Amino acid sequence: MAEQNQPQIKKSVIKLSITVVAMFGFGFALVPLYDVFCEVTGLNGKTASEATTYQANGIDESRTITVQFLSRTAKNAAWQFKPEMNSIQVHPGEMKFVKFYAKNNTGADAVAQAVPSVSPGQAANYFQKIECFCFNQQPLQANEDVWMPLQFYVDPELPEDVTELTLSYTLYDVTATTDS
Amino acid sequence: MTTVTDTMDNVDAQHDHHADHKMTGIKRWLLTTNHKDIGSLYLWFSFIMLLTGGAMAMVIRAELFQPGLQIVEPDFFNQMTTVHGLIMVFGAIMPAFTGLANWMIPMMIGAPDMALPRLNNWSFWILPFAFSILLASLFMEGGGPNFGWTFYAPLSTTYSNGSTAFFVFAVHIMGISSIMGAINIIVTIMNMRAPGMTYMKMPLFVWTFFITAYLLIAVMPVLAGTVTMVLTDTYFGTSFFDAAGGGDPVLFQHIFWFFGHPEVYIMILPAFGIVSTIIPAFARKPLFGYSSMVYATASIAFLSFIVWAHHMFTTGMPLAGELFFMYCTMLIAVPTGVKVFNWVATMWRGAITFETPMLFSIAFVILFTIGGFSGLMLAMTPVDFQYHDTYFVVAHFHYVLVTGSLFSIFAAVYYWLPKWTGHMYSESLGRWHFWCSIISVNVLFFPMHFLGLAGMPRRIPDYALQFADFNKWVSIGGFAFGLSQLIFLALVIKCVRAGKQAEAKSWEGAEGLEWTVASPAPYHTFATPPKVD
Repeated sequence: MAEQNQPQIKKSVIKLSITVVAMFGFGFALVPLYDVFCEVTGLNGKTASEATTYQANGIDESRTITVQFLSRTAKNAAWQFKPEMNSIQVHPGEMKFVKFYAKNNTGADAVAQAVPSVSPGQAANYFQKIECFCFNQQPLQANEDVWMPLQFYVDPELPEDVTELTLSYTLYDVTATTDS
Repeated sequence: MTTVTDTMDNVDAQHDHHADHKMTGIKRWLLTTNHKDIGSLYLWFSFIMLLTGGAMAMVIRAELFQPGLQIVEPDFFNQMTTVHGLIMVFGAIMPAFTGLANWMIPMMIGAPDMALPRLNNWSFWILPFAFSILLASLFMEGGGPNFGWTFYAPLSTTYSNGSTAFFVFAVHIMGISSIMGAINIIVTIMNMRAPGMTYMKMPLFVWTFFITAYLLIAVMPVLAGTVTMVLTDTYFGTSFFDAAGGGDPVLFQHIFWFFGHPEVYIMILPAFGIVSTIIPAFARKPLFGYSSMVYATASIAFLSFIVWAHHMFTTGMPLAGELFFMYCTMLIAVPTGVKVFNWVATMWRGAITFETPMLFSIAFVILFTIGGFSGLMLAMTPVDFQYHDTYFVVAHFHYVLVTGSLFSIFAAVYYWLPKWTGHMYSESLGRWHFWCSIISVNVLFFPMHFLGLAGMPRRIPDYALQFADFNKWVSIGGFAFGLSQLIFLALVIKCVRAGKQAEAKSWEGAEGLEWTVASPAPYHTFATPPKVD
């Protein structure tokens, strides 16, 4: 019985093994797929990771949006990190410039990376950054401080029901992973 | 379903032509390629793991017996909840089902053995190594995994206590074992059925394992990928789940639950197959709606792939996503309802007797349905915001996993024990086991619903004073349920050693090819395939 079926058994085993390998690959493929999905839909509060150019058609003065700034440091980063103001009023299409203060209190040279997140998530795609310290890593020597720039505007296409959005930065110490 | 023409010939043929030439001593078990030996190994292994994981549950319940910290440190408590979960899922329930598949599938489809006997040996024998690694990590400096069996990043990456590597390798080995076992089951069912046994004539037991094996093939590799990412994030500087490097911790939950949700059906579909075998036997009626059972099983398997994010309603998903996953989850109640209806309809006006396998099966139908209902409550997004990470969730998944999967495994062991050992087990001990278990398990898990609704969080070694009374009862139920399983151990040992000689067809209403061979089943069965009409 088993002997007669050997060729078929071999065929089934090969097919199933290929499925296993493919599904292993699929697990990893979910990583870029997830990023693409979040970028397309603007879910998850992810903002663009590269600078955009100003493209709005004029300023919509009929609306005023409150942009709140939050800053926090991750558990491993003993830095001081705060925005120069807690919130700012902007009209959609209007360009704004805000500075963030960072100081390395660790007594050792370090490199930090700020990661932004916008809430509500649906507004993330309408928050356009022309210049942001989050695009690059920020090296600081021991006890050195720096004012870091953020230049942004809110896209006039922003859904009507959004009147307030929060931009949150988390600062991570990435010294260990940047040896260059 | 299946009718067999040459019943008695087969019994004789097995005896005449096949001397039981097997090796002696430890070598028989180490080198065996016999599906019955390997099935027994799996079943004993899973029972040892059940007692191990159960001992950890006892530690958890002892600590929670009264408020405040008495017995263990919070960190060790976390290790207990984590390893309890891992052991019960990967060490007790899954290997027990694989063991049943090994024992029964070849006999049910009239095959001489599994299609890949050597692979079978390997699938089993790597398991003890996996669990040795996992358990050994508990005794190492820094302790074992303490991040929950779901090993969410960054708990398992940035904040790991150093046990992550051991955990990852253990899960890799368990995964390889499951995948090889699943390949073996599929290949056997596809290629080794007796002539005349078409797919729609296969016992439902075989069908459910067939579909489960496909689920395993599809999602165990994804789990392997997930733990690999956790490994490289922790030790090799990648940033799959690390926001600082451009990754996303929420991504971890998506990938994990893409595996995790089909996994829960991997642990329940075989239970459906078992109960669908036992209820007709003791109701003395054929299974009601056989083909609808097959299609319901397949639908549940399909739906299990598109509901994963109902574990993540509180991660800040957009409304559209929450609605999609809520509706898909509720849709699963439809095929599951078909099954429950069919079991009840099978019993309807049947000549029912209540031997132990039937008692466990009926308990399964009722208590699994309770677990299903609490699952439906959890599926509703708005209320899930309240229930999330409370004891309500703990109550839910213990109803489906303990009174669901575990009870079905007990039922299966009682049902086929005469076939395996050649002896009838002690019915009175079986009843003791059943009634002690059913009372204690409800004392154990039912109050957890109320604790959860009142807001007691999971995975915390201490709790607010108002939860004290219920927790005391839960713990008492827990100890009683744990001790009840010793009755089962005694019963099985007694049955293996001696007992009333079992007939080839040990139960009056039993159907299927496995009852056409002698009891105990000869070492080799169906060397010549039976004819199925």
